[in-house]
Amino acid sequence: MARHVVAATHEIPPGGRKLVTLRGRSIGIFNLDGSYYALLNRCPHQGGELCRGTVTGLATSTEPGRVEYSRHGEMLKCPWHGWEYDIRTGQSWCDPNDTRVRAYEVTVEPGATLARGPFVAETFPVSVEQDYVVVEL
Amino acid sequence: MSPQDAPVIAAEMRTAAKLRIVDCDVHHALRSTADLHPYLPRRWREHFDSFGLRAPVPFAGSSPYPKAAPALSRTDAWPPNGGPPGSDLGFLREQLLDRYGIEIGLLHLLAPSGMDQRNQDFGNALCAAINDWQYECWTQRERRLKAAIVVPGEDADAAVAEIERWAGNGDFVQVSMITHTIEPLGRRRYWPIYEAAQRHNLPVGLHTSGFNGHAVTGTGWCSYYVEEQHHVAISQQQLAMSLVMEGVFERFPALKVVIVEAGLAWVPSLAWRLDRHWARMKDEVPHLTRKPSEYLRRHLWYTTQPADEPERPEDLRRIFDWMGWDRVLFATDYPHWDMDSPEQAFRMRLSDDERRMLYSDNARAVYGLA
Repeated sequence: MARHVVAATHEIPPGGRKLVTLRGRSIGIFNLDGSYYALLNRCPHQGGELCRGTVTGLATSTEPGRVEYSRHGEMLKCPWHGWEYDIRTGQSWCDPNDTRVRAYEVTVEPGATLARGPFVAETFPVSVEQDYVVVEL
Repeated sequence: MSPQDAPVIAAEMRTAAKLRIVDCDVHHALRSTADLHPYLPRRWREHFDSFGLRAPVPFAGSSPYPKAAPALSRTDAWPPNGGPPGSDLGFLREQLLDRYGIEIGLLHLLAPSGMDQRNQDFGNALCAAINDWQYECWTQRERRLKAAIVVPGEDADAAVAEIERWAGNGDFVQVSMITHTIEPLGRRRYWPIYEAAQRHNLPVGLHTSGFNGHAVTGTGWCSYYVEEQHHVAISQQQLAMSLVMEGVFERFPALKVVIVEAGLAWVPSLAWRLDRHWARMKDEVPHLTRKPSEYLRRHLWYTTQPADEPERPEDLRRIFDWMGWDRVLFATDYPHWDMDSPEQAFRMRLSDDERRMLYSDNARAVYGLA
């Protein structure tokens, strides 16, 4: 387990995302309203590249003819079969009990702290003036 | 290829290489209709540009149901160089053939279709142009891909002529027709096509497609794509029943038919019901010398995608037992949104022998592939 500096916070604005590779694994980093979340870029259903999918909301209905759209921007839809996951937790909307995409812990750290380590950021220039997104993997 | 989850993918590719996968349903596509211009006589090129495609439905350039995804495809399947999913050979190699270690992919072109064109002469020219394009732009450029001879099946003479033009060319491994036809495909107007297919030892691949002006159901127009998706399976049962009951396999005892993308869990129940009906009503169809189930068992094969998923995954084993394991052909349906990944298509455990049959040996036997 190591902590990886993956981006400066301004690189991933609210609603944005960045794909990174950490220890051979492709990981998607998402910004929801200023909080950052990290998911494995592999849909547990059939292996599609989940983190390239559309960020969307939920269409729900209480009766035929009524549709409500909620949780705008909080769900990630796999590019293949359209399975939807909660970006915050990786929980599946289609199969909430048995299917969950691997989620990783993400923190935001000031550059001043990162300069002290220990972090994996060999190829990533860190400056003390900025904040950074850090993923534990 | 993006890294995704590299250790998992590496393991998948090792398994795939051992399996020598044959993918029985791959969809290529035109970048635009201009791709066919070099293969159309001037008269039909001008017709195409002036009038476009006209099937017997009021949906020119669209479909009666909103499909689940644009171009019916995975949203990550749009080629980086432009064009619709399936239209870029390099990207298809990367996302399908190389990524999954597929040794042979069988192409099914869904659109445009020449067979359901209202102008039959244009339909004939369109089929011929599509076959030339498939040969020059796909199978000659990528030896792992094999095409189907698309034929204008509503005009049997023209269809037979098109089969004769390509038969013996190893790039074409089957004859394909649409399935929503003017009459059920067992009717005699289509028999010359079966005669030619049998004579050249070419299976007939029937991928659900096409328009005939009728609702996709036998009970009127349904509202939703989710319903249409299942009517695919129902309409193919009707088709299988027509082929059996009309006596097609009595007349053409070596004919092979592959049902593509219509599920397969229905096969055993169809066989049981037809056998029971036939036992009581066979004097209506005295031309049948065997039980309906025996024709199904001898003459029809079925592709897997989208694989049936019983609540208890192991129940699928019983279905395969009932219908015959040798009948089942693996398919991805790339690049469509509901494709099956080779590694994850089946949720039940398979032995090595079973995997070899489903992923490779069965298809090689049907299509005569080495």
